[in-house]
Amino acid sequence: MTKQIIVPFGPQHPVLPEPIHLDLVLEDERVVDAIPSIGYIHRGFEKLVEKREYTEYVYIAERTCGICSFVHGATFCQGIEQIMNIDIPERAQFLRVIWSEYSRLHSHLLWLGLFADSFGFENLFMNAWRIRERILDVMEQTTGGRVIQGSCKIGGVRKDISNEKLDEMRRDLDSIESEIKDLTSVFLQDDSIKHRLRNVGKLSKEDAYHLGAVGPTARGSGVAIDLRKTGYGAYGKLNFQLVTDSCGDCYGRCAVRAKELFTSIDFIRQSIQKIPDGPIDVKVTGAPNGEFFARAEQPRGELVHYLKGNGTKFLVRSRIRTPTLTNIPPLVRMLQGCELADVPVIVLSIDPCISCTER
Amino acid sequence: MAFFENTKTAIRTLLSRPATILYPVQPAKKTPLSRGHVTIDESRCISCGICQRKCPSQAISINKEAKIWQIDRLRCVVCNSCVDSCPVKCLFMDTQYSSPVTARSIEIINITYVKPPKPENKDEAAV
Repeated sequence: MTKQIIVPFGPQHPVLPEPIHLDLVLEDERVVDAIPSIGYIHRGFEKLVEKREYTEYVYIAERTCGICSFVHGATFCQGIEQIMNIDIPERAQFLRVIWSEYSRLHSHLLWLGLFADSFGFENLFMNAWRIRERILDVMEQTTGGRVIQGSCKIGGVRKDISNEKLDEMRRDLDSIESEIKDLTSVFLQDDSIKHRLRNVGKLSKEDAYHLGAVGPTARGSGVAIDLRKTGYGAYGKLNFQLVTDSCGDCYGRCAVRAKELFTSIDFIRQSIQKIPDGPIDVKVTGAPNGEFFARAEQPRGELVHYLKGNGTKFLVRSRIRTPTLTNIPPLVRMLQGCELADVPVIVLSIDPCISCTER
Repeated sequence: MAFFENTKTAIRTLLSRPATILYPVQPAKKTPLSRGHVTIDESRCISCGICQRKCPSQAISINKEAKIWQIDRLRCVVCNSCVDSCPVKCLFMDTQYSSPVTARSIEIINITYVKPPKPENKDEAAV
């Protein structure tokens, strides 16, 4: 029997954007097991909910993540609105969809760049981030913030987008789409990339389902789950084709995210076409009394905000379950049996967002 | 077989100007909505304290007696809620970021607002 050795991977590693620690149990160059541990950037967000008024907590909820910040804020607002039975105006719902989808575009482009960097394709990384910069510019023009938008509030949204600006955004999307097409064709067609990603980090459909994979990690293994199909917010009024891939390897997960970019663009186009005129917020009085599980589809998968209020301005409990947390058990399964040199690519293939995970 | 997929982008990049700007020679891109840092018009502030109560990061504090408005720039998360809630609209959002500092400090601003004297007689005021 070969001697087993343990190689620590992270929390500081050139390929990791954020700290996660994995103890890799190796037999020669082959990984037989991986033991993950988190806890390097815990910030106590769930406790802070008792110290801040629920209307102010939107800003804090949004800062859970630096990439999908808008979706966190919107999900928190959704939860409070459900507890307090607030019907937000339709225009606000559509604006939330537009910003959520822009967040998805920017998150997926960021990930494609980091992923390219992880398998040593630095030029592609720069190209992806150049397109992402155009998305961030639109975010800043419409909300005032590049990554922390701060445009969501309980009862609607804080900022409106004028119809002229919406038209301009729609025109801009055409050129962004053609640039994204050029970018994704490299990811999906290039032989050297295919060679690097095919059959690396295999996750079968059954494993993905039973280990609780969510988002593109699950869809890359052929599990067709997407919360946008449930039609929360304004998603019910828009139609889209769910992107799945049956490969179940790193290439499959990459393909799902690359194709989802076009789904997001399609969502934004439809929303701009269907957005009605009208108010963007309603006045909110009182305090939440009750509990609710608010769920939304983040760029990385299903996000859950559990909120409980007792009729005062301070909530008594908040629990945030982020998609990366549920994607860690599938990650451990993917790592079993892979080569040590493939570990960075596999870890990045689930799009880990550790700051989110630790709240 | 697919090789040279990136050639089109490479040629276009070669022939076009750089995607980056020469910061700080060229100023960073800012939009009218950009949130940089909060400024105050001290001659209009009525010391009501709403900005202090609405601040989610407790960066602003106000002293009514001493007529002082103070902000900890490193605590401020630039969320714009003080600007939105100010009843006399004396707070503004500047589009440029606050300048870098080497030590933590609290910016103290003396409020120079003077309450206009109440007209003694209502009839006189009407005239």
